[in-house]
Amino acid sequence: MASAKEIIAYRVAQDLKDGDVINLGIGLPTMVANYIPEGVEVTIQSENGILGMDRVAKEGEELKDVINSGGQPVLVNPGACYFDSAMSFGIIRGGHVDVTVLGALQVDEKGNLASHVVPGKMVPGMGGAMDLVVGAKEVIIATTHTQKGVAKILKEITLPATAVKCVDKIVTELCVIKVTDQGLELTEIAPGVTAEEVQAQTEATLIVSENLKTMAVPAE
Amino acid sequence: MKNKIVSVQEAVSHIKDGCSIMIGGFLGCGTSELMMDAIVEKGVKALTIIGNDTAYVGVGAGKLVCAKLVKHVIATHIGTNKETGAQMTSGETEVTLVPQGSLAEKIRAAGMGLGAVITPTGVGTDVAIGKETMTIDGREYLVEPPVRADVAILKGSIVDKAGNVYYEGTSKNFQEVMAMAADTVIVEAEKLVEVGELDPNYVKTPAILVDYIIVGGDK
Repeated sequence: MASAKEIIAYRVAQDLKDGDVINLGIGLPTMVANYIPEGVEVTIQSENGILGMDRVAKEGEELKDVINSGGQPVLVNPGACYFDSAMSFGIIRGGHVDVTVLGALQVDEKGNLASHVVPGKMVPGMGGAMDLVVGAKEVIIATTHTQKGVAKILKEITLPATAVKCVDKIVTELCVIKVTDQGLELTEIAPGVTAEEVQAQTEATLIVSENLKTMAVPAE
Repeated sequence: MKNKIVSVQEAVSHIKDGCSIMIGGFLGCGTSELMMDAIVEKGVKALTIIGNDTAYVGVGAGKLVCAKLVKHVIATHIGTNKETGAQMTSGETEVTLVPQGSLAEKIRAAGMGLGAVITPTGVGTDVAIGKETMTIDGREYLVEPPVRADVAILKGSIVDKAGNVYYEGTSKNFQEVMAMAADTVIVEAEKLVEVGELDPNYVKTPAILVDYIIVGGDK
């Protein structure tokens, strides 16, 4: 059976459209690249200065001075290009990235996101996250539904915000949630899960969609 | 033509106690390790370093932090170097975290003679604390002041003897904007070539911005 992370990455990938420019955060979001549907061609942006990034390079395959934003040596596709940080964030802030997929510590009913800092505990810095969630046309949060049972989808975030009112969609192993002006709309649930069960693991109030669908999951 | 090619010792003489340094590179990719080693050897104190990150323990800008030469880090991310976090927690080193796109623009603004940049990034977050905001066409923006430095330390993949620089792959990162925003610009040439050998089409940093060249690579 697929792991929670695989289920989430697979579902996010189903939303990508042919021709999309996407930026995938470090960790779970990177796995989205493994599930891009057949016939869909996307261009992956890496904020340290690549459009057209391919996979992580194996030993001996590394290109000179080519890494991803996590510092791993990567390969690039034919037609790729490199640029400096000002151009890279011009592309991001300027709305030239269609979809950014990021993890979250907390996300709330208004689409506020906390993803970069736990004061006193984890203070690595925001890197490119604040620019990405402000600039990308669509912000998808890919996260496990809870942090070991502690709710992450809240009425109001309690950790410092990475950005306010920026999230469009939340994909977890249990469901898909759309952020609307009215609040969080539960649009899809995983097979074998009920809306009540999802609500029980969510602090925010979910509005169950009239068209509640079953979430696509990876084939066994 | 002025001779810009100097020894590492001469280049490092421009790094003085208390000065601010921009360090090109992204997790060490594009950082002049020759200059980092020379600064550690010289033991300059109370530096302010400005760059994307503090790389790793023993790599790039991380070397300066680990040698306790740094009083203030201005960066977008310090999570890859546990020593920076430890010094921040103990209060030894001040750390200012800046969104990556805003840092690039703040440096660019300094280098391009602009009084500030006005960006939506950071609105409603801790980054906005103490900053002026502006509303333009109904959208809120932060006014981000420019960031300059006394010295920029860069690494070029190919540098000609006049100081024109080409950067390979993702080693470009912050280097192009940094080259414009410091009083003194030092470039490590991974490969040094004669004037005329670097195709003008590939020049990313014009020679007029470069003050000193040190020879790296295989010499």
